Amino acid sequence: MLAGRSLIDPSDFTREEFREIFDLAHQIISNPEKYSKSCEGKILATLFYEPSTRTRFSFEAAMLRLGGKIIGFSEPNSSSTAKGESIADTIRTIECYADIAVMRHPKEGAPRVADQYITMPLINAGDGGHQHPTQTLTDILTIECLKGNVENKVYGFCGDLKFGRTVHSLIKFLSNYEGVKFILISPEELRVPEYIREEIIKKKGIPFQEVEKMEPYMGELDFLYMTRVQKERFFNEEDYIRLKDRFILDMDKMKYAKEDTYILHPLPRVNEISTDVDADPRAQYFVQAKNGMFVRMALILKLLGIY
Amino acid sequence: MLEITSIEKGIVIDHIQAGYGIQLFNYLKLDKAEYSVALIHNAFSKIMGKKDIIKINNAIDIDYDFLGLIDPHITINIIEDGKITQKVKLEVPKVVKNIIICKNPRCVTSIETYFDQVFHLVDKEKRSYRCEYCDDIVIPYPK
Repeated sequence: MLAGRSLIDPSDFTREEFREIFDLAHQIISNPEKYSKSCEGKILATLFYEPSTRTRFSFEAAMLRLGGKIIGFSEPNSSSTAKGESIADTIRTIECYADIAVMRHPKEGAPRVADQYITMPLINAGDGGHQHPTQTLTDILTIECLKGNVENKVYGFCGDLKFGRTVHSLIKFLSNYEGVKFILISPEELRVPEYIREEIIKKKGIPFQEVEKMEPYMGELDFLYMTRVQKERFFNEEDYIRLKDRFILDMDKMKYAKEDTYILHPLPRVNEISTDVDADPRAQYFVQAKNGMFVRMALILKLLGIY
Repeated sequence: MLEITSIEKGIVIDHIQAGYGIQLFNYLKLDKAEYSVALIHNAFSKIMGKKDIIKINNAIDIDYDFLGLIDPHITINIIEDGKITQKVKLEVPKVVKNIIICKNPRCVTSIETYFDQVFHLVDKEKRSYRCEYCDDIVIPYPK
């Protein structure tokens, strides 16, 4: 039963519960009109303490396409946070006006704190370099649309795996499925955090490799998940400059990939995928962005208990 | 050899890893105690080589979670009429609240502090813990 629940971390829901969301998302893709009035009279609050384009727009578009309404802020300076209000007070106030809320915050664990103070459903739309569970829903829906299921596949993750919250959430989710293998491509300084490697990958006995070159492994992959090195996660700009251009996917490297190796990226992209890759049918990152709206529609419907 | 008079009624915390006695002493706020308390640092131990001991000449409530967190091998003897009446066996706590502070500068606990700081046990042998909020792993009291 997902009604009234919050999604803060991929481990909050079971496989079966995620299945419910994906099944509904597939139904929405086939007949979006059917759901266009499902959220009439409902309000979604979007609390974005950090900039966002895709995630915020896709949540807002999702709610509007379900017939609901939106309130919120897109940067903390336009809210009471600028006056020093705590997360707990802000979310309790918002609960007076909304039926469901979405929060993005630069501090890791902020949505978990907020969720302790409310009874309405809360969705984590990204907390620092920690987790981004609804991007994972987007990624999984895209993987299912392309290959039918997520099991028995080799997933390459490339770029900033240390601060890449979308990577952490996706690895956490995929770790519950049989036959998955991970190839983690990053500079040593940007490898996955200890809790992901030790507590999730190793504990679940998932085969994985941590490597520093892309080309030798391209031919093994079913999916290559590219990520941006995020300037905003570094306390030291020199480290960012040193690491930002280590992995750039271009058509020369794509020659090493299989014909059905798909390229995913949570976006925004800076330069880690060369624009000439966009025309390759294996590049699926803009399809991902569209799927993000559908799966968020499904999530909102489930958490509000409408479907 | 240094001798500390035995106590009539109270608690003896024995087999504390050498060097950790002072932390425990401070955590239990024994510096504010109005009864007699002894902290013995670097006492000889056949098993440990060196150990710390705390003798408290009063019956007080002890936070066993904190002691288990520092070292589950610590021995606690409850003394009445000059004799040991109970030995408390410690365990590594599965969850600790408001004892460990998260050191991850990106963690929400670095800016807001009005809620419990919660850590979950990850590895009993290493005594490593995971922050409830940011998942950062710490070993608060290395062996």
